[in-house]
Amino acid sequence: MTRPSRVTSWLLGAAVAAVYLLHQDTWFWDSARPLVFGFLPIGLFYHAVYSLAVAALMWALVRYAWPEHLEPEARAETRAAAGPDGPATGEPRT
Amino acid sequence: MIPALVVIAYLGVVLYIGIFAFRRAPGGEQAEGYFLANRSLGQYVFLLSLFGTNMTAFTILGSAGHAFANGVVTYGLMGSSSAFIIPLTLYLFGTRVWALGKRHGFMTPVQMYRDRWECGHIGTAIFALQAALLVPYIVIAVMGGGTTLSAVSGGAVPYWFGGAIVAAVVMGYVFFGGMRGTAWVNTFQTVLFLTFGAAAIIFIVVSIGGFPQAMERLLGSPESAPLLTRERIPPRFFFSYMLIPLSSIMFPHISIFCLTARRMGQFRKTVIFYPLCILAIWLPCTFLGLAANAMSDVPAIESKLEARAELAGGRDALTAEETAALQREAAGDDVIILMLEHYAPLWLAGLLGAGIMAAVMASDSQILALSTMFTKDVFTYYGGTARFGPAVQVQTGRLFVVLIALVAYVIALNVSPGIFGLAVQYAFSGFTSMLPLLVAALFWRGSTKWGALAVVIWTALTMAGVALLQAAIPAPPPGVIIPVWTVGGAEIITRTPGGTDVLGFMPVLPMLLGSSLLMVVVSWLTPKPATTTLTRYFPGQTPPPQP
Repeated sequence: MTRPSRVTSWLLGAAVAAVYLLHQDTWFWDSARPLVFGFLPIGLFYHAVYSLAVAALMWALVRYAWPEHLEPEARAETRAAAGPDGPATGEPRT
Repeated sequence: MIPALVVIAYLGVVLYIGIFAFRRAPGGEQAEGYFLANRSLGQYVFLLSLFGTNMTAFTILGSAGHAFANGVVTYGLMGSSSAFIIPLTLYLFGTRVWALGKRHGFMTPVQMYRDRWECGHIGTAIFALQAALLVPYIVIAVMGGGTTLSAVSGGAVPYWFGGAIVAAVVMGYVFFGGMRGTAWVNTFQTVLFLTFGAAAIIFIVVSIGGFPQAMERLLGSPESAPLLTRERIPPRFFFSYMLIPLSSIMFPHISIFCLTARRMGQFRKTVIFYPLCILAIWLPCTFLGLAANAMSDVPAIESKLEARAELAGGRDALTAEETAALQREAAGDDVIILMLEHYAPLWLAGLLGAGIMAAVMASDSQILALSTMFTKDVFTYYGGTARFGPAVQVQTGRLFVVLIALVAYVIALNVSPGIFGLAVQYAFSGFTSMLPLLVAALFWRGSTKWGALAVVIWTALTMAGVALLQAAIPAPPPGVIIPVWTVGGAEIITRTPGGTDVLGFMPVLPMLLGSSLLMVVVSWLTPKPATTTLTRYFPGQTPPPQP
């Protein structure tokens, strides 16, 4: 996949911001009812569904905005750095 | 005694997995093989092991205990916030850390910071702060191991012996298996906990006659009804708590683990499935902790509820010692174990004891991370490898694993658990406050080593400040807030039963804002790294102007 278009990036950025804001759910702050399935307080149920929504958002990020360019760059430079003595050790400069 | 035997058998299996990994590991005697499993972990081991690494004793026992005392807010505070923030940080930062590690051969974050900012001793300062924040985790895991073994054996295995067994087993498989052994053990532990956790919930539900009746009982009592809502938690506290999971990627064992993936594609499934794993573990733990409030037929839980009621009723009449004793009595960290003992059949209680032990033993990754950091960031950096040869790195790492395990065990025997419990609380805020280091290193060409040093100093000073304040002013009883600093009638800093607040927010908020600001301001004012360095990190971009 190529890098995401500007529109896709903005849409995904907005979705991340929206999901962040949706975590601050003041609307179920003081209420326990309804008990979903007869036992789950609504505030707890909301955050369970929220976790599912997060998984969907992560899928969208992976599907439409995966930083794929990083992998070939890393591999190419690793190969370039590997000389007759083997791969680069990566020891930092002192 | 049967549960204790099951747990000991489990420890044997774990030790075998570690040693088996040692035999199977290609290049296990080379530094990259031992410390990073040759950067070759597949996607399922990567996902399950990363999740298992994050799932400590605090996750399992602590979440249920927190829900027992605070109710449904626990999942929103710690579960769903982690479900969002942790995979997002893996996506944004973990992938880039992996790519830089692959490109430049880094094995620790400090190696990256030293290279990125052309610094030496500032890197050592970062190492020292990270190590100081990590050590309490290792100590508390040994304590948790001793306590759990003692609890599941009904006291037949004393605390000191349980702690010794856990420390020896963890030391054994980390010593032999290195990163590969640790990753395999964590994968095994995660699968075990997910499987037997589900079985435990089913048994408890069947035993108590279903959850609807338990929830209706809780809603019918004015003392317990608020546990089903978040009315006792201020929204500002809830908001600022969402910053805590930002610490995850800054924990060295997590950022080092990001370097072990074979391909960057290994992150894909981890990022998507991580929230679902959180849901699978945290929701049942939170719910069981909440439901425990309705289980007054379990004598030990009943005495906790009585202690809590006494604490709430006699707020002004109690002395500090009485308050502390009642707080200890009312603490719910063992409610899951108590429910299992009461409701689950003996064999299942044993298997679950093993599952809980799995979570308690999450210190393996932290021990290995500390060993990797010491070997690469101190021993190698200060000339050890150049002097004694590359082969000595793995021996040094293994020696350090033994030393850490021994020191943690000795401390665990001699120090009150409460001290390290507090230190662990500070660690989350501390690592969150250090996040600007990673963000600036990865995304901001204009950042400098002096900005990094300012972040380290700020983090250390603010953590010390909060610790001193909390030591000077003991925690008030529930419902009471002590103003510490008031300006014009506005309470700026307050001491609360749970810790310290700044304008109603957790200290982590001003800590993170302060460290971000310092990184920006100090970097603007100080010389940038050389153009050749910046070109390696930001190819194709114009270097920033020098001040």
